[in-house]
Amino acid sequence: MEEKKISLSNDKFQNLESPFFTSRMDRIVAWSRRNSLWPMTYGTACCGIEIMSVLGPRYDLARFGAEVVRFSPRQSDLMIVAGTITEKMAPIISRVYEQMIEPKYVIAMGACASSGGFYRAYHVLQGVDKVIPVDVYVPGCPPTPEAVIDGVMAIQKMITENRPRPYKDQWKPGAYR
Amino acid sequence: MSSIKQLKQDLNQRFKKEFVFNQICHSHILELETGELTSVLQYLKKYQSFDFLMCVTGVHYPEREKEFEVCYELFSVKKISRLRIKVFVKEEEVIPTAQFIYPTADWFEREIYDMYGLKFKDHPNMKRILTHHQFKGYPLRKDYPADLQQHLSESLEFSMDNEPDGKAPDFKDKDLIPLNIGPSHPATHGTLRIMALMDGEKIYRANVEIGYLHRCFEKMAEVHPYNQVIPYTDRLNYCSSPMNNVGYCKTVEELLDVEIPPKAQAMRIILCELSRIIDHIVCIGAAAFDLGALTGFFQAFTYREKVYTLFEKLCGARLTVSMTRVGGMANEPPKNWFKDILQFCKEMKGGIKDIDTLLTYNKIWMQRNQKVGVIDTEQAISWGYTGPCLRSTGLNLDLRKVEPYYGYESLDFEIPVGTTGDAYDRYLVRLEEMRQSVKIIEQVCKNVPAGDYTIRDKDIVLPEKKEVYGNIEGLMNHFMLVIHGLRPPKGECYSATEAANGELGFYLVSDGGPKPYRLKVRPPCFPIYQSFPHCIQGFLTSDAITLLGSMNIIAGELDR
Ligand code: SF4
Repeated sequence: MEEKKISLSNDKFQNLESPFFTSRMDRIVAWSRRNSLWPMTYGTACCGIEIMSVLGPRYDLARFGAEVVRFSPRQSDLMIVAGTITEKMAPIISRVYEQMIEPKYVIAMGACASSGGFYRAYHVLQGVDKVIPVDVYVPGCPPTPEAVIDGVMAIQKMITENRPRPYKDQWKPGAYR
Repeated sequence: MSSIKQLKQDLNQRFKKEFVFNQICHSHILELETGELTSVLQYLKKYQSFDFLMCVTGVHYPEREKEFEVCYELFSVKKISRLRIKVFVKEEEVIPTAQFIYPTADWFEREIYDMYGLKFKDHPNMKRILTHHQFKGYPLRKDYPADLQQHLSESLEFSMDNEPDGKAPDFKDKDLIPLNIGPSHPATHGTLRIMALMDGEKIYRANVEIGYLHRCFEKMAEVHPYNQVIPYTDRLNYCSSPMNNVGYCKTVEELLDVEIPPKAQAMRIILCELSRIIDHIVCIGAAAFDLGALTGFFQAFTYREKVYTLFEKLCGARLTVSMTRVGGMANEPPKNWFKDILQFCKEMKGGIKDIDTLLTYNKIWMQRNQKVGVIDTEQAISWGYTGPCLRSTGLNLDLRKVEPYYGYESLDFEIPVGTTGDAYDRYLVRLEEMRQSVKIIEQVCKNVPAGDYTIRDKDIVLPEKKEVYGNIEGLMNHFMLVIHGLRPPKGECYSATEAANGELGFYLVSDGGPKPYRLKVRPPCFPIYQSFPHCIQGFLTSDAITLLGSMNIIAGELDR
C-alpha cells in the first residue's frame, strides 16, 4: 500500500484522506459505549409487552444502537425495568442487578417501575429505586415507545457527557426500603 | 329453569333432606353445611354432569357470626347450566378439600388460604401461593389495610413440595439435577418460575411457583369506585386488555340489570375480536420466537401494531385502552373508524396467510410442537381448561355460542376444534380463530347499528361534558354521580365471557355501596397453568418452552 503523506499544517482536518484524528480518551470510550448499549429487558408486566413494540419492526430501537437484547445480566449494560416489581420479585431484581458488570445503567420504564404506579397495594414495591439505583425514569402507563426511545437517548446523552451519578456511587443496598 | 327444579328434587331425594336453594340475579345458589360438601360435590359431578369447577371464591363478612363464605362455581357442559355452592365457616373451621373431586380446586383453595387464612382439610400443600413466603396476615380480610406492604428479604429456595403427599422427594441419591428456570427468564415471558428435577435431558418432576406479579387486583377493586376499577382490569391480561374491560363491565351491568344499546354492543364485539386477534398474535409470535423463528415474531407484530393504531384512534391509548364504561362505551368512535377496521381486516387476512405459510408446514415448527403436552378432553375438563387449549382436545365449548351475549348468536362464525390436544393443535385452533374473528368483525362493521353508544341513566353514566358545562341539570347529575357514586343494588353475580385464553369470569358481590364489596376474577390461565407440572413430566426441557408458549400464560391475569 502506498504511504500517505500527512501534512501537519493547520488544514489537517480538512484533509479527509488523513488516517488520523485526535480526541480525548474518555470521549472515545463514551462514544463507543453510547452506541452499543446492550439492553436487558426486565419485562414483568404490561410494559414488557410495550417494550416488545419498541424493539419490534415499527419503532425499532436498533436505529439507536441498542438492539442487541441480552437476557443475561452478565452480557448487558442497560437494564430496562419494564413492569411492576412486586415484593416477591424485589430480592431477585437486586440480585440480577448485582450480576451486571460496570458500567451499568438502569431505566425505570412506566409508572409501576418508577413509583409503584396506581398499585398502592400490599404486595407491590413502590418503585424499583427502592432496591436498585435508577438513572432515567420514563413516565406513562405504559409509556409510548417514543418515550422509551427518548429514555434511551437520555442515557446516551448522559454517557456522552460523562455525567456524575451520585445516587449510584453512594448507593447502599437495602438502605431505601 | 325446570332443570334446577329437577336437580332440587333429585338432591332432596338422594340426601333425604330439604336443601336451601336461592336465586340471586339469574344465578342459582345452593347452601350447604361443610360436612356434606364432599358428598354433594361428588354427586353433582357424577350424576348431574357438573363436570367443571370454574372457580372457588372466598368472601369475608366481619360482622357475621360465621365470618367467611366459600363459593364453588360449577358448570355443566351437557346442560349448559351453572350452579353456585356456598358454605359458611368460622375462622378456625376447616373445610374439606374438593381437589380429589375436581383437581382444579388445588390452587384455588391455596389462594383462599393465602388471602383469608381458611384451611382445607386433607389438602396436601396448604401454603401461600400468591404472596411471598414471609408475608404475615391475610390481605383480603376486611381488616387488612390495602397499602400495608411487607418486605421480603430472601427469595424462595428451590423446592419440590407439590407432591400429592406433600413431601418433597429425596433427589440426592437418585442422580437427579435440580434446574431452576425463572422468574426472570426470557422464555417464560414474564414472571413464571419453574423448578425441575432433571434426569439427563428429561424432566423427572416439576414444580411451579407463581405470584411474582401479584399486584393485588382484588384488593384494589375493593377500595376503588366501580368505574375506577376498569383501568385495573386492563392490566389483567395485558395482551388483550379490552376483553377484560368488557368482561368486568358486563358483570356490573348484569348486577344493575341494564342492557347496553346495540351500538355499544357492536363496538364491544369489535374490540373483543380485535383483541382476540392480537392476543393470538402475541401467543403465536412469542412461541415462534422462543423456538428460534424470529421472522414469525416480527411478521406477526407488524399486524399487532396496526391494531394498536386502531385503538389509538379510538381513545388515545395503545395497550391499556379502558374504553368501556358501565353502561356502554366511553365515547363515540371517530369518523371512518369502522372503515379503517374493514381495511385492516383485509390486510389481516394476508397476515394470517403469511403466518400460516411461515409456520404451519414448517418442519422444525411441526417437530417441536407435535405430540408435546398432549392432554385429552376428560383430563382437560378436570383441570378446568377452557378456551383454545380445551377446544384443541376436540370439545366444542365456546361461550360465544353456548351462552351468547351481545348478539353473537346472530353472527355467522364457526368454532374450530382440534383432535389431539397437543401444542400443534392449539396453534392451529388459534390460527383459525383469528380467521373467524376477522369474519366476525367484518360482519359487524358492515352494519353498525345507529344510536347512542351508552345508556343515559343519570345514576349510572356521567353526562357528556357539553351537558356538564352547558346546563345546570347536567352539572348536578355529574356532581351527584361523582359524590354519591354508582351504587348497584345489594347482590352478587358471576358473569363469564369468552376471552382469548378461555373463560374469563368475574364474581362480583355488592353491598349497595359505591365500591365493589368483593370482586373475584376467574382468570383462564390460572387453572391451565396448574396442570403444567403434570403435563411436562417426562418431556425434554426444550418441550417445556413449547408447552409454556402454547398454553399462553399471561402473568398479569395468572397472579392478578
Ligand atoms: S406502568 Fe402501567 S403498563 Fe406499565 S407495568 Fe405498570 S400498570 Fe402495566
